[in-house]
Amino acid sequence: MSKVSKAAPVAVIVILMGIWEIIVRVAGIPLYVLPAPGDMLKSFASEFPTLFGHAGITVMEAAAGMAISFVVGIVVGVLIDAMPTFKACVYPILVVTQTVPVIVLAPIFIIYMGFGYAPKILTVVLMCFFPIVVSFSDGLGEMEEGYLNLVRTYGGSRLQLYRIVKIPSAMISLLSGLKVAATYSISGAVVGEWIASQSGLGYYLIRAKNGYMLDKVFACVLMIILLSLLMNGLVKLFGYAVLPWARRRRNSR
Amino acid sequence: MELSVINLNFSYTDKPILRDLSFSVRDGEFVSILGPSGCGKSTLLNILAGILKPESGQILIDGQQIHGISGHFAYMPQNDLLFPWRTILDNVCLYGEIHQNKAEMKKEAKAQFARFGLEGCEDKYPGELSGGMRQRAAFLRTTLCEAGIFLLDEPFGALDVITRGDMQDWLCELRANLKRTILLVTHDTDEAIYLSDRILILGQPGEGIREEICIGEKERTRDWLYEQGRLRAQIHRIIKFV
Repeated sequence: MSKVSKAAPVAVIVILMGIWEIIVRVAGIPLYVLPAPGDMLKSFASEFPTLFGHAGITVMEAAAGMAISFVVGIVVGVLIDAMPTFKACVYPILVVTQTVPVIVLAPIFIIYMGFGYAPKILTVVLMCFFPIVVSFSDGLGEMEEGYLNLVRTYGGSRLQLYRIVKIPSAMISLLSGLKVAATYSISGAVVGEWIASQSGLGYYLIRAKNGYMLDKVFACVLMIILLSLLMNGLVKLFGYAVLPWARRRRNSR
Repeated sequence: MELSVINLNFSYTDKPILRDLSFSVRDGEFVSILGPSGCGKSTLLNILAGILKPESGQILIDGQQIHGISGHFAYMPQNDLLFPWRTILDNVCLYGEIHQNKAEMKKEAKAQFARFGLEGCEDKYPGELSGGMRQRAAFLRTTLCEAGIFLLDEPFGALDVITRGDMQDWLCELRANLKRTILLVTHDTDEAIYLSDRILILGQPGEGIREEICIGEKERTRDWLYEQGRLRAQIHRIIKFV
């Protein structure tokens, strides 16, 4: 059953691509309007070395943004859980920051921070920080009061309460947030590069689009999809390593 | 350790739960607290453990008054409260970990695994164990606390009847070797008769202790328990009396 369900979306994509290919070929749609999937794959193969080079820059920015979001997100998440006043002050503001479109902020970052990597990394942080903080701080408050009381009656300090109960119990929730953030991180970096840059997949996209080389644009989109899935996969791998108990329970079922 | 509770009062909002409750437990004694649900049994244990704060009254341990979380009590709630992400060995050594002697406690704990019917489970996770085994692991964790008094809040209440019976047999055998003062909260009359030296029967909320039944030093077996029909009937009458 699980093999069938895993193959199903792949089959749907293959069928849709097939229909797309046939329509483009039969109707004779020119490349600068809509490239056929075949053209896209061909240009993905031929452009791979260039795409790979730009992808390196984008991944670096995405990873740096993720790392900063992770560290700051963990600290802010603990503060939100530990101090109700802090939560009351900061949480609504965090929500509001998410309502401002990143595409508006990215050019402003460039005015402030120049054309280097910094504004791109900040764009990534802006997109990744929120899901990490929310998932982690929610996870910290989830554990049943009985577990906390158990550690308290055993003479545990507040710090031990976090180390023994709260932080481990928040891991599953944090991982969901990290998965969302990982998927956003590549898009965030691409948006940052799109505004102004000399390298990266966003830069490549602008160049290809301006030249009406839509097969290359789609090849780049394919690269972005693959990288986002890769980031997501890395988070899953991380989860696999830090939650051995969840893995074992699944296996024993 | 000797425990004395003097004129303890507690209420939830306007509803009095405990009113002027007083009793004492001798060193090494096994006392059961029996009563209808909502009579304040669990509340009492929570107050002793320091999780809830009484409105008034005193709690004395060997004549010394204590306040809040004291370290004299090892509290075991109905839910096993094993951490699902920790192995059984790491779970039972929680007390040692909090008090910075985990390595030593691990050695001590490993030696106890067989006695608690948990051999081979050291590196398993709670999700892989049956309900009875999880409860035994929670009990092992409780016994590894350096506390003189155990507070057991319906420890077998969540188990099926057959497993509960097995666990009672097992605790009955273990009891003498524990050398601790034990306060057991239960709504199972047979469990109270089978395990305790003395039974305190609580009445309606706010009423206090209705009757005290001494069972004393007797050879405890299942057969002995089956013959206690008169005692069982007497307890039922006391609980039912309005």
